[in-house]
Amino acid sequence: MNAAYWLPVIFAGLMGLAMLVYVVLDGFDLGVGLLLPLADDAGKDRMVASIGPFWDANETWLVLGAGLLLVAFPLAHGVVFGALYIPVLLMLVGLILRGVAFDFRVKARDPHRPWWNAIFAVGSLLASLAQGVMLGRYLTGFAEGWLPWLFALLVGAGLSAAYALLGACWLIMKTDGPLQARAIGWARHSVAGAALAVLLVSGVTPLVNPAIAGKWFALPQLFLLLPLPLLTVALFALLHLLLPRLARRQALGNDRYCWLPFAVTVGIVLLSFWGLAYSVFPQVVIGRMDIWQAASDPEALWIILWGALLVLPCIIAYTAFAYRVFWGKADSLSYQ
Amino acid sequence: MDVDALTLARAQFGANISFHILFPSINIALAWVLLFFKLRYLRTGKQAWMDAYGFWVKIFALSFALGVVSGVTMSFQFGTNWPGYMQTVGNIAGPLLAYEILTAFFLEAGFLGIMLFGRPRVSERVHTFATLLVAFGNSLSAFWIIALNSWMQTPAGFVMKDGRAHVSDWLQVIFNPSMPYRLSHMLLASGLTVAFLLAGLSAYRQLKGDRSAGNGVALKTGVRLAALLIPLQILVGDAHGLNTMEHQPAKLAAIEGIWHTEKGAPLLLFALPNAETQSNDYAVGIPHLASLIIKHDPDGEIRGLNEFAQHPPVAKVFWSFRVMVGMGVLMLLTAWFGAWQLRRDRPAARLDRRLLCWLVAMTFAGWVATLAGWYVTEIGRQPWLVTGVLTTAQAAGAATSSMVAGSLATYLALYAGLLLAYVSVLFHLAKKAAGQADAAVALKEVQA
Ligand code: HDD
Ligand code: HEM
Ligand code: HEM
Repeated sequence: MNAAYWLPVIFAGLMGLAMLVYVVLDGFDLGVGLLLPLADDAGKDRMVASIGPFWDANETWLVLGAGLLLVAFPLAHGVVFGALYIPVLLMLVGLILRGVAFDFRVKARDPHRPWWNAIFAVGSLLASLAQGVMLGRYLTGFAEGWLPWLFALLVGAGLSAAYALLGACWLIMKTDGPLQARAIGWARHSVAGAALAVLLVSGVTPLVNPAIAGKWFALPQLFLLLPLPLLTVALFALLHLLLPRLARRQALGNDRYCWLPFAVTVGIVLLSFWGLAYSVFPQVVIGRMDIWQAASDPEALWIILWGALLVLPCIIAYTAFAYRVFWGKADSLSYQ
Repeated sequence: MDVDALTLARAQFGANISFHILFPSINIALAWVLLFFKLRYLRTGKQAWMDAYGFWVKIFALSFALGVVSGVTMSFQFGTNWPGYMQTVGNIAGPLLAYEILTAFFLEAGFLGIMLFGRPRVSERVHTFATLLVAFGNSLSAFWIIALNSWMQTPAGFVMKDGRAHVSDWLQVIFNPSMPYRLSHMLLASGLTVAFLLAGLSAYRQLKGDRSAGNGVALKTGVRLAALLIPLQILVGDAHGLNTMEHQPAKLAAIEGIWHTEKGAPLLLFALPNAETQSNDYAVGIPHLASLIIKHDPDGEIRGLNEFAQHPPVAKVFWSFRVMVGMGVLMLLTAWFGAWQLRRDRPAARLDRRLLCWLVAMTFAGWVATLAGWYVTEIGRQPWLVTGVLTTAQAAGAATSSMVAGSLATYLALYAGLLLAYVSVLFHLAKKAAGQADAAVALKEVQA
C-alpha cells in the first residue's frame, strides 16, 4: 500500500474526528443557546456563564473540519459547499449572531439586553437548523425535489433537538438548584426529538442510497454491525429511565450522577457518528466522488500530516487543561 | 460564470475580508497591550494598571468575538468563491492555511477562556502566561496568513508542473520577497490602530469627567505608543514601496499615477487619473520628488503603466494610497504633539480639551489607514490573483449571480448592523466607566 492510498484515508479520519469533536462541543453550546428563552433572567446569565469560556475554542473545530476538507479534498470542497451555498450562508449568519450576542448581551445598554438574548437564541437555532439541513442534503447526494428537501428540513429539526438534549445534559452537569431541575425537564422533552432524528437518518439514508443499503444489509456484516443500532437504542432507553430518577434524587439534594446524562448522550452521538462514517466511507460526495479522486497532491498532505501529528496532542492537552480550570459547577463570569 | 457573478463574488470577498480585518487589527496589538498592563501592575503594584486592564479586556473580548465569527466566514469563502485557486496553488495555500489553524487558531482560542475568565481560578502566573499565549497566537496567525498573502503578491520557491504549483523550497515560499515588509507593516498598523483606539476612548472618558488614574495611564500609553510606532511605520512603508517597485512595478506606477515612463517624475498630491485619455486631470505635484523617493535620484526613471500589457485600475489604487499616507501624516502630527503635551509625566488630566476632542476624532484612524493600505495592495495586484501564475477570473467559481447577490446583501446588512452596535457599545462602555470613576472619586472626597 502506498502513500497515495493511505494519506487520503488518514485525512478522511482526521476530518471526521474534527467534525465529531465539533458536533459534541459546539453541540452543547448551541443547545444551551436554543434553551435560553426558557429560563428566567438569573438562569440565562448562569447558562451563558457555563459556556462562556469554551465556545470560541469549540467553534475552532468547525474551522479545522472545513479547513481539512478545503486543503485535503479541494475538489469535494467546491462541490459540497457549492451545493450547500444557501444553508452554509444561513449557518454562518447564525454563528455570527450567536457569537457576537455572547458579548453584546452583557456590554450593551440594559434596555437592549432582551434583544441580544433573543438574537443569541435565534442565532443558535439558525445555525443548528442549517447544520441539520446540510447533513440531510449531503446524505441524499443533493437530490432535488420536495421530498429530499422535506427530509433535509426534518433532519434540521432533529439535529436541533439533539443539540438541545446535549445542552440540557451539559446544564444538568454544570448547574444546581432550580436551573438544574428545569434542565432535567428540558432534557426529558428533547430525548424524543433526538431519537426521531437518529431513526430518520438511519432509515432514510439506506433507502435513498442503494449502495449504502448494500453495505449494511449484506449477510456477514449485518451481524457485526447489529450492536451499533442495538446499543444506540439501549442508550436512549437508559436516558429515558435515568432522567426521571435523576429528577427525584435532585429534589433530595443528591447530585452524584449529574454527569451521567451528558456521558450517555455523548455515547449516542459517537455511535450515530460511527454509523454515518461507515455508510459514507470512502465517498466524500455520495455517489459522485471518493476520497482518492478528491484528494490533493501527496506532497501537500505529508507536510500537513507532520504538523497535525505534532500539534494535535498539544491541542488536546491544553483543551483538557481549559476544561479542568473551569471544572465543576459554573459560577458567574467576571473579567477580574 | 458570467461577468456579473465574478464582480459580485469579488465584492463579496472584499466586503467580508474588509470587515474581518477591522478586528484582527485591534486584537493583535491589544493582546500585547493587555499583557503590558498586567506586567506593569505586577511590577509596580499600582491599581491604576489593573483598572486599565479591567476596562480594556472587555473591549478585547468583544473585538475578539467579532474577529472570530467573521474569520469563520472567511474560511468558508475561500473554497466557494475561488475553486480555481486551490486547484492551482493548493500545494502552497493548503499547508499554510492548515498550519495557521493548527498552530495559531487553537492556541489563541484555547487560552482565551482562561485569559478572560480564569483569574479567580488559576494562579497569577498561569493567568499571565495564558495572556501571553493568546497574544502570541494572534501574532502567529497574522504571520501565516500574511506569508500566504505575500506569496500571492510575490510568489517564490515553487515550480509549475501540469498547471499546478509545486513547492521547491518552503523557506522561500514563506519568506518570499515582500513578506518581511508586509508582516512588519501590518503588525505596526495593528499597533497604531490600538494606540489611537486607546487614546481616543480614554480621551472620551476624560471629556466625560473621568479623572481616574486607570484612564490616565491608558491615555498616556496610547499617545506614547503612537508616537513611538508612527516613524517606524513610515520608514517601513518607504522600504515596502521600494520592494514593490522591484517586484510589482505595475502596482507602483498605479500608486504614483505614472501613465508613461518618466524621468524626474513628480510626487502627485492631487490628480484625477483618467483611464480613457491615459493621463491625469488636474494634477498637482511636487517636481522630481517621486523619483527622489523611489530611485533616490531626482532624475531617476520610473516605469509607467504604458509598459505593462495589463495593469490594475489606477484611480482606486492612487487614491487609496493617498488616504493611507494622509492618515499616516495626521497620525505623526497628532501623536508627537500629544506626546510633547504629556512630556515628563505631566498628568493626563491637564490635557487641553481641544486636543482631547481631536483624539476622539482620531479614534478609528488606524482602521481607515489599514483598510486603505489593503486596498492598495489587493487592487494593485489585479488582474492577477497570484502574480504571473493565476488571474482572478481564472480562479472564480460557479455560483450564479442571483445567489451571490443575495448572500452579498445579507452580509452587508449584517455587517452594517454589527459595526454600528460595536462602535456604540465601545462608547457606551467608556461612558459607563467614566460615570463609575466619577462616583468613586466623589465617594473618596466625602470620606476625606
Ligand atoms: C493580519 C491579520 C489577519 C488577516 C489578514 C486575516 N486574519 Fe483571520 N484572524 C486573525 C488575523 C488575520 C486573528 C488576529 O488571528 C483573528 C482575529 C481576531 C481573532 O480572534 O483572531 C483571526 C480569526 C480568524 C478565524 C477564527 C479563528 C478562531 O476560531 O479562533 C478564521 C477562521 C480566520 N481568521 C480566517 C482568515 C482567512 C481565511 C483570512 C484571509 C483571507 C484571514 N483570516 C485574514
Ligand atoms: C486583511 C486585509 C485584506 C483586505 C482588506 C483585502 C481586500 C481585498 C479586496 C478589496 C479585494 C478585491 C479586489 C478587487 O477585486 O479589485 C480582495 C481580493 C482578494 N484577496 Fe484580499 N484583502 C486582504 C487580505 C487578504 C489575504 C490575507 C488573502 C489571502 C491569504 C487575500 C486573498 C484575496 C483573494 C483570494 C481575493 C480574490 C481575488 C480578487 O477579487 O481580486 N486577501 N482582497
Ligand atoms: C506614511 C507612510 C506610509 C507609507 C510610505 C506606506 C507605504 C505602503 C505601501 C507602498 C504599501 C503597498 C505595498 C504593496 O502592496 O506592494 C502599503 C500597504 C499597507 N499599508 Fe502603508 N504606508 C504608510 C503608512 C501606513 C499607515 C499609517 C498604516 C496603518 C496604520 C498603513 C497600513 C498599511 C496596510 C495594512 C497595508 C497593506 C498590507 C501590506 O501590503 O503591507 N500604512 N503601505
